[in-house]
Amino acid sequence: MAILHTINKSPFHVSTMNSCLLICSNLDSVILIADGVLGAIHSSPLALKIEQLSASGTRFYALQSDAIARGVVEKLLPNISLASYADFVRLSVECNQIQSWF
Amino acid sequence: MKKILFISRHAPYGNSYAREALDALLAASAYDQNLSLLFMDDGVFQLLPNQNPTFIHQKNMAASLQALELYGIENIYCLSSSLIERGLNQTDLILENIKLIDTITTNSLISQQDQLISF
Repeated sequence: MAILHTINKSPFHVSTMNSCLLICSNLDSVILIADGVLGAIHSSPLALKIEQLSASGTRFYALQSDAIARGVVEKLLPNISLASYADFVRLSVECNQIQSWF
Repeated sequence: MKKILFISRHAPYGNSYAREALDALLAASAYDQNLSLLFMDDGVFQLLPNQNPTFIHQKNMAASLQALELYGIENIYCLSSSLIERGLNQTDLILENIKLIDTITTNSLISQQDQLISF
C-alpha cells in the first residue's frame, strides 16, 4: 500500500526527515515541502539515503514554489522531481495514506 | 552604548524567526547602539542568492538583508562550520562584507556582548 510522506523540516536542524526515511518503503512517495526542501540538496545529510531509496523505487519530490523561494533549485539532487501544487494534489489522491512529518 | 548581538539560527520562510530577527535588528538600529548579527546553523540558508518567495507570498529575505548596510549595520558574522556542513562557501553568499568566524571566535564574540537576542 502506497503512502505519501510529507516533510516540512530541515534535516540539518532536526531528525524528522531521518525518521521518515527510516520507515518509508519502495512503494511510497516522499514530498519535501517548506523547509523540507533543504533536505533535497547535494550537501544534505540524507543525500545517500535518498539515493538508496530512490534506486529501490521510492519516489522523491520537492515542492517547486518552496525550492524557488529558498534559491535551491540548482542545488537539488538528481533523483528529486520538482512538483507543482497540482502535482501535490494528484499525489495526495493517488496514495492510500498520507503521513505528515513535522 | 550597549553591545547587542542578534543570533539568527533558522532557515527563511518555513517559520517567522528569520524575518523577526531582521525586523528586530532594523528596529534596534534606530537607537544608536553597537549592533552585530550572527548567522549560524540553518540561519546561513538566509544568505543564499536566487531566493524568490513570490509564489509562497512572502517577502524576499535576501533583498532585506542587503539593506542592512544602509541602516549602518556592518558587524555581520557567519559561523564557518555551519556553512561547511551545508556544502556552502563564501562565494555563494549575498553579503560580501560578511565575516566568517570559527567556533572559538564566536564564543568570544558572544562573551563580549551586553545583550544577546536569539531567533
